[in-house]
Amino acid sequence: MYPITRAEKLADKIFLMDVEAPRIAKHCEPGQFIIAKTDEAGERIPLTICDYNREAGTVTIVFQIVGASTHRMSLLGAGDSFLDFVGPLGCPSEFVKEDLAVLKKKRFLFVAGGVGAAPVYPQVKWMREHGIDVDVIVGAKTKDMLILEQEMEAVAGHYYPCTDDGSYGHAGMVTTKIEKLVEEGAFYDVCVAIGPMIMMKFVCLLTKKLGIPTIVSLNPIMVDGTGMCGACRVTVGGAVKFACVDGPEFDGHAVDFDEAMKRQQMYKTEEGRAYLKLTEGDTHHGGCGHCGGDE
Amino acid sequence: MDVLKKVPVREQEPKVRAANFEEVCYGYNKEEAMEEASRCINCKNAKCIEGCPVAINIPGFIAQVKEGNFEEAYQVIAQSSALPAVCGRVCPQETECGGQFIRGIRGEPVSIGKLERFTADWARDRGIKPQPATEKKNRKVAVIGSGPAGLTCAGDLARLGYDVTIFEALHEPGGVLLYGIPEFRLPKQEVVAREIENVKALGVKIETNVVIGKATTIDELMDEEGFEAVFIGSGAGLPKFMGIPGENANGVFSANEYLTRNNLMKAFRDEYDTPIARGKKVAVVGGGNVAMDAARTALRLGAEVHIVYRRSEEELPARVEEVHHAKEEGIIFDLLTNPTEILSDENGWVKGMRCIRMELGEPDESGRRRPVEVAGSEFELELDTVIMSLGTSPNPLISSTTEGLEVNRWKCIIADEDNGKTTKEGVYAGGDAVTGAATVILAMGAGKAAAKGIDEYLSNK
Repeated sequence: MYPITRAEKLADKIFLMDVEAPRIAKHCEPGQFIIAKTDEAGERIPLTICDYNREAGTVTIVFQIVGASTHRMSLLGAGDSFLDFVGPLGCPSEFVKEDLAVLKKKRFLFVAGGVGAAPVYPQVKWMREHGIDVDVIVGAKTKDMLILEQEMEAVAGHYYPCTDDGSYGHAGMVTTKIEKLVEEGAFYDVCVAIGPMIMMKFVCLLTKKLGIPTIVSLNPIMVDGTGMCGACRVTVGGAVKFACVDGPEFDGHAVDFDEAMKRQQMYKTEEGRAYLKLTEGDTHHGGCGHCGGDE
Repeated sequence: MDVLKKVPVREQEPKVRAANFEEVCYGYNKEEAMEEASRCINCKNAKCIEGCPVAINIPGFIAQVKEGNFEEAYQVIAQSSALPAVCGRVCPQETECGGQFIRGIRGEPVSIGKLERFTADWARDRGIKPQPATEKKNRKVAVIGSGPAGLTCAGDLARLGYDVTIFEALHEPGGVLLYGIPEFRLPKQEVVAREIENVKALGVKIETNVVIGKATTIDELMDEEGFEAVFIGSGAGLPKFMGIPGENANGVFSANEYLTRNNLMKAFRDEYDTPIARGKKVAVVGGGNVAMDAARTALRLGAEVHIVYRRSEEELPARVEEVHHAKEEGIIFDLLTNPTEILSDENGWVKGMRCIRMELGEPDESGRRRPVEVAGSEFELELDTVIMSLGTSPNPLISSTTEGLEVNRWKCIIADEDNGKTTKEGVYAGGDAVTGAATVILAMGAGKAAAKGIDEYLSNK
């Protein structure tokens, strides 16, 4: 069992938890992920690591409710435990292994969308700890949906919040903020974009035009997370890669986002059905036209 | 009674079992087991033992079964095998013990597997456990992977008194016995979990959710956690795909994924969250045991299922029994057929598969006749799900994070067949991680050999 030492609601349907997992906390690096499972009947949920404390032996995760398993996960509080918690999985961000002197000469732009702020945070924090100031754009639908603001501001060189509805910070999508910064004379050697697939796709289209090499972190459907099932295969530069062992970070300009987005829909109706079954119980008989429970 | 013929074994009716996940074979009862055991001629030069990769004293246990001494029979098997209830069900007796058979020269060989299964189940039902070591050695050995190789190696070392910890990457122990082989061939709760309990009863500790190479490394286990030797039984986990166009369409799965969702993650049970594509028309590409397992699983989930295999029936690598069961249940065999492209609809979902007919030409390096395309014979199969069952290769996670551990060009760990010794001192390996995908019993044989190798190494250290 893996005890939860802290549990907080960050925004509507978005939760943060610290989990005791000493083996993971000892070895994890920015860019890697874990897989959590609440109970016997739950799914294995892959989540990018948001933070870690090697001394306390804890790992921080942030997740959004998308189906029945994440719903049950959200009901857990401090003092409760995960049945299973495995990691760190995937490869660390490339810069972790890079020569620090070379790294210090590079200008980094981090772009996060929605819950993507969680995996971006440890990377920005790592940069700060190694004496590198980076620019960070974080986008959300509205001000209420913006997460980890104070934390991010504390470790970023420049922090630029954006909201789609203009309720806070820059009004508009993260891509318009990137354009604006570049127009105003900012120069970047590397962009790291993490968020919804559609956001990463549009950031990559833009940065390709602007000539900024871009790293994205993919979160496709996966089961084991160790290379065994092949569910997470993505096409990168024409070659098939397994996001769990070859990634999760890839050259964004080489990723086939359209295929990746289609693959992400694979269980959409099934996940939704499981969630509805849980929340509506026996009263759910389909007919809503959304969840596919009509058949 | 005709001594030349096996006592027939009772099975679930094909039509009934095609719609459930209950075990296909019921096994022998007491009377049937004793009758079958009486067919053993107890030859002096017992070829069956030579044929058994874990060298069970086969005539010895059968003699006890014949007399109705089932507990004694169980302890004879337990001397050599930690997983008799598993082996009795999935071991290819026709090529191992039964293939060497003297009785088999005249008449059918004794149903060794069914007798082993009966004995193990009998002992389980009465709570009889293997005998743990009386003297503890107080020396730590780590075993990586809780599949057949790891469990066997751990069991043997524990019986010798070593302090053994198994590290398992998944959330439950059992490896391929759990995620790969389906419930209807190998029940998880009543058989796999119980045999693992028996291994634990020998004193073996199991730590799940630890990915060696990520959560910790072999070097750390040896340098920081005090393990004096390590056995790698991590299996051959990476699924192969064909590399044909359209293979990433929604509805194309590796057999590993399909089986893992159903077996480990229990998608077939309503109370589990796991989603699975319940196809209406499914093609399974490949002809091995795993292909049969995937096909029969899809059938039970309600699909019309086709096995698509590029050679003919004679070359099917699956066990004859599996092919026979699959056919009985209504699996359609599209033999001498090879896929060339997966076709999908505008939303990216599989709608069909383009195939080409094959014919057999000259034998290739494997000795089997090479399948060659018949020009102009392309056709389309209408489908909604494709399961690729083309074999697996070893996962590089461990080899790439362990200094001094060498692999061959197929990424298989190089290890001595006789004792499991690798190129790194104190590190042993066996099973699919060394040989590439093979059988449960060969992995157990390798685990056994490595346990002996480790004991020799530590005794002389």
